[in-house]
Amino acid sequence: MKNVQRKISLNKTTKSNFVTYGIVIAAFVIMEILMAAGMVSSLLKGLLVPICVYVIMAISLNLTVGVLGELSLGHAGFMSVGAFSGAVVSMMLQSVIPDAIPRLLISLVVGAIFAAIVGVLVGIPVLRLNGDYLAIVTLAFGEIIKSLITNMYIGLDENGLHFSMIKQKFELAEGGKMLIDGPIGLSGMRKVDSFAIGIVLILLCLMIIFHLVNSKSGRAIMALRDNRIAAESVGINVTKYKMMGFVISAAMAGAAGALFASNYSALQASKFDFNTSILVLVFVVLGGLGNMRGSVIAAALLTVLPELLRAFSDYRMLAYAIVLIGIMLVTHNPAIADRLKQIKIKQYKKSADRKAAAMEKKMVRQTAKKEGK
Amino acid sequence: MLFLSNVINGLSLGSIYAIIALGYTMVYGIAKMLNFAHGDVIMVGAYICFFAIARFNLNPIIGILLAMVVCTVLGMTIERFAYKPLRQAPSLAVLITAIGMSYFLQNMAQLLWTPNIKVFPSVVGNGAIKLFDGQLTISYIALITMGACVVIMLMLSLFTGNSKMGKAMRACSEDKGAAQLMGINVNTTISMTFAIGSALAAIAGFLLCSAYPNLTPTTGSMPGIKAFTAAVFGGIGSIPGAFVGGLLLGVIEILAAAYISTELSDAVVFMVLVVVLLVKPTGLLGKKISEKV
Repeated sequence: MKNVQRKISLNKTTKSNFVTYGIVIAAFVIMEILMAAGMVSSLLKGLLVPICVYVIMAISLNLTVGVLGELSLGHAGFMSVGAFSGAVVSMMLQSVIPDAIPRLLISLVVGAIFAAIVGVLVGIPVLRLNGDYLAIVTLAFGEIIKSLITNMYIGLDENGLHFSMIKQKFELAEGGKMLIDGPIGLSGMRKVDSFAIGIVLILLCLMIIFHLVNSKSGRAIMALRDNRIAAESVGINVTKYKMMGFVISAAMAGAAGALFASNYSALQASKFDFNTSILVLVFVVLGGLGNMRGSVIAAALLTVLPELLRAFSDYRMLAYAIVLIGIMLVTHNPAIADRLKQIKIKQYKKSADRKAAAMEKKMVRQTAKKEGK
Repeated sequence: MLFLSNVINGLSLGSIYAIIALGYTMVYGIAKMLNFAHGDVIMVGAYICFFAIARFNLNPIIGILLAMVVCTVLGMTIERFAYKPLRQAPSLAVLITAIGMSYFLQNMAQLLWTPNIKVFPSVVGNGAIKLFDGQLTISYIALITMGACVVIMLMLSLFTGNSKMGKAMRACSEDKGAAQLMGINVNTTISMTFAIGSALAAIAGFLLCSAYPNLTPTTGSMPGIKAFTAAVFGGIGSIPGAFVGGLLLGVIEILAAAYISTELSDAVVFMVLVVVLLVKPTGLLGKKISEKV
């Protein structure tokens, strides 16, 4: 019994990871209870799935920015790929699988796979660059993906799937169904209640990231972030590990996109623009780079915040901007940073004192035991 | 002849990008930050011009000068209160602050001036020069835009090449610590850079809205992103690079819209950027920085 307890309390990272899972599960349970009691406004109810989506987006971008150390400004592009591929597959399967939940699961997997493929295609050129140049190329790819999907026409009829980039050349047989209609995007999708699936997806993504970070590959990725040249010189394959982090992140964004699409009956590619990428980046930076729990909390709070500020109606986005600037100025103020450091040192000293005292007690007890023998 | 007129349209659009890109590239060169709020300073400049010219019936020249003064003060204020306290902070923190500033300006404009479209007055008129028996027409606004761009470019090169402040700027962009040891006031220099960039943004705002007269609080953001791309395209931190990058980007955009597809022109522009950066990772005129181990 004693042994088991010690094993759980030993590993600090594992403990911290379980706290994060716990927060997500607790949030889910609380929301379900509140909803059963009818205490949740319809506004907040409508936000539940977007919150899950943005949480997944934030943790997946945190993998790229915080763990891999590369600034990406086009994360919404992967989300868009996932959303559209997932939704198209889900609509194609509507007659084969009438049940909504398995269709949603299939669309999540398909969205993740397509986003991963695009992630590889984008990653090959992007990961050869460094710093701000890499950031601007991810921005460029985000815009390219948006622009391509806006000009895509996909339809389904008895002859199978039709695809074209030019509206004039696009023809469907009688009774065919338009799936993606260029700038109009997707329409006529069936909405699915996917909050529970969203929570499971968050937990799955967190699990994947935590395992990755603690694995040999994860350590290689972080070594590349901290010092690429040193990492390369000890034989870490730069391209392989960078690509690994980037593609996993893209796949998660794709799954998040497919989940996002399931919450709407119509969707345009212009929804996933530069501003969406920036929004997710804001969650990541405010939550702390490399800190998954921070991302989860920041994404959830900041998605709800503009809605909570609705009382101020016209001023809410202004307030959002001021909060954003304020947080950055306060957290990076040298005076406050010094203060925090001092508090930390004090705490550390206290805990060190406590440990020393405990050690002393143990020693005294042991010697007493020995003497007793 | 159609090709030539497309090229001229492209050069005119590219001149606007180049003027905006100068603001990005100068700030990046010295403060090493991406000033995302720059596009919104353009929007503010355009609004000031609009009110001065359309509402108060001032002379357009006075309107532009007024907008330049307001934007300069705005740029220096933003730098003083939002960016200066973060000089030692990691670059991502500064980036987020700049994004916050961009949101702030857009929403402030929405509150002050409502989100409705305002139609910018046509100051220059719709006149045009006709060449080759009317086969080639160049509008006055295109001529003025290109002329303004060349003049600004020349003046900036003279300024950074010869004046004391210009030399201080170049020194700061090479090595801030060493510049400070040589007696250069780094804070004043950075502040001055923001002032110049913002004054240029006001001119760009006027030219942009003269060519595309629909003015809204988000008018500045897309040209801002394009101009930023142009700055990277030419090699960020390099003033001639911003000029070349802006012009090329404008020409590519117009040609792609004319010969490939209007909807896909943005995709083509960004594709070209990706290809250029792959072949020459520091942009067309960027300096190659060797890595120190």
